[in-house]
Amino acid sequence: MIELTDVHKSFGTNHVLRGVNLSVPKGESMVVIGGSGTGKSILIKSILGLVIPETGTITLDGRDVHKGDRDAFLARFGMLFQGAALFDSLPVWQNVAFRLLRGSLKKPKEEAREIAIEKLRRVGLTADVADRLPAELSGGMQKRVGLARAIAAEPEIIFFDEPTTGLDPIMAGVINDLIREIVTEMGATAITITHDMTSVRAIADKIAMLHAGKIRWTGPVSDMDTSDDPYVDQFIHGRAEGPIEAVR
Amino acid sequence: MSALLASIGAAVLGFLAAIGRLALFTGQTVSHLVRPPFYGREFGNALLQIGYFSLPVVGLTAFFTGGALALQIYSGGARFSAEAVVPQIVAIGMVRELGPVLVGLMIAARVTSSIAAEIATMKVTEQIDALVTLSTHPMKYLTLPRVLAATLVMPLLVGVGDIIGIYGGYIVGTERLGFNAAAYLQNTADFLEPLDIISSLVKGAVFGFIAALMGCYYGMNSDRGAMGVGRATKSSVVAAAILILAANFLLTEAFFSA
Repeated sequence: MIELTDVHKSFGTNHVLRGVNLSVPKGESMVVIGGSGTGKSILIKSILGLVIPETGTITLDGRDVHKGDRDAFLARFGMLFQGAALFDSLPVWQNVAFRLLRGSLKKPKEEAREIAIEKLRRVGLTADVADRLPAELSGGMQKRVGLARAIAAEPEIIFFDEPTTGLDPIMAGVINDLIREIVTEMGATAITITHDMTSVRAIADKIAMLHAGKIRWTGPVSDMDTSDDPYVDQFIHGRAEGPIEAVR
Repeated sequence: MSALLASIGAAVLGFLAAIGRLALFTGQTVSHLVRPPFYGREFGNALLQIGYFSLPVVGLTAFFTGGALALQIYSGGARFSAEAVVPQIVAIGMVRELGPVLVGLMIAARVTSSIAAEIATMKVTEQIDALVTLSTHPMKYLTLPRVLAATLVMPLLVGVGDIIGIYGGYIVGTERLGFNAAAYLQNTADFLEPLDIISSLVKGAVFGFIAALMGCYYGMNSDRGAMGVGRATKSSVVAAAILILAANFLLTEAFFSA
């Protein structure tokens, strides 16, 4: 269980998170929605310790995420970044097997390569991309390589930061289906950040809406259309008129 | 008046804070030397990139500088009938001063800029965050291998630069200025002392450390966007060049002030 209690984070005068409270039980797929610049990425980066909140607590299974063995903590996570964040200088298979080639999860090179190719197959890529450089791949293929890297070490918890941004609708559908399948298959806890309502419906068990630095609404995906919250309603229908200002 | 004092105070505080951040960064980099894991493959790549691939630039710079130095000393020395000291002055000038400084500045231009741009781009594209999520410390993976490689390989580059610079002077001296080849080499060898060579190599190591450290520091602290990457690259080269010249003065003072 991931639990955030009264988490605050500011950058100068910009108060991004203003008391976030959120619980994500083990095995649940939580999707965080909200307008651009509302702090969704900062939220997951705070959980990972990439950003340190000023106040509030973040716990994983009751333990403060900012204390204890960092390597052991991070080994439980996989993350798909918005732009895939593949390492330009490494071929695709070494990107996927990055964690398996070094550190506490290190495996022999041949075994790591086999696992990488198997994970690439799992996300619909053939073995011939394994030796290519990330720059030689399309945006959709890079996202899938990023996804393969996120699941390579079979983590318990996976974060997806805007997994379908910049992809065509068909490729976005492929990524959504892959995420849903992988999360279900692995029994992983997932937090996904997205603006894409198709993704929300495909991926989520539960939804949390972040607005003005706080969780505005949270509930099962089945309740989203009948939430009676004007903010949620405006967001999911993409209306310019409503309580959320279009010009921010 | 109070506004002026406030702005001076803010500038001083900003300067001190920048020194503090750089000192912390340096301390962290050095501390990772004795804390495993050590990424040998990245170290090897850095040796290749910083050392081997810099050889053409270093060689050309040193060769032309040595040649020009011989011409300058010859024409300048002619004013007081001291043309004969060309081999000695070229040797001492290249080994003590021009070799390490020019190689240091060329490395700042070629390597510092490249390191800063690469790491800043990695930061902008979230690759540094990705490293952290993959349980890999960016200082260990990116900074330490580059700084260590530059520190170890720069004395070799400076040594090569010194030799090629002296060779440039030799070619000009023998082919253009009419020096006897054997006498030129003999004078060069006789005049140089071990301390000259040691100072050159030590300067190389210090300049290599500075060049790589500045690239990593500005890359890691880059702002977002293309402008941020550009600013980090420019600042890294400027800072490296200034620090190399300042360190050169201090090291010269330390080695030869007596």
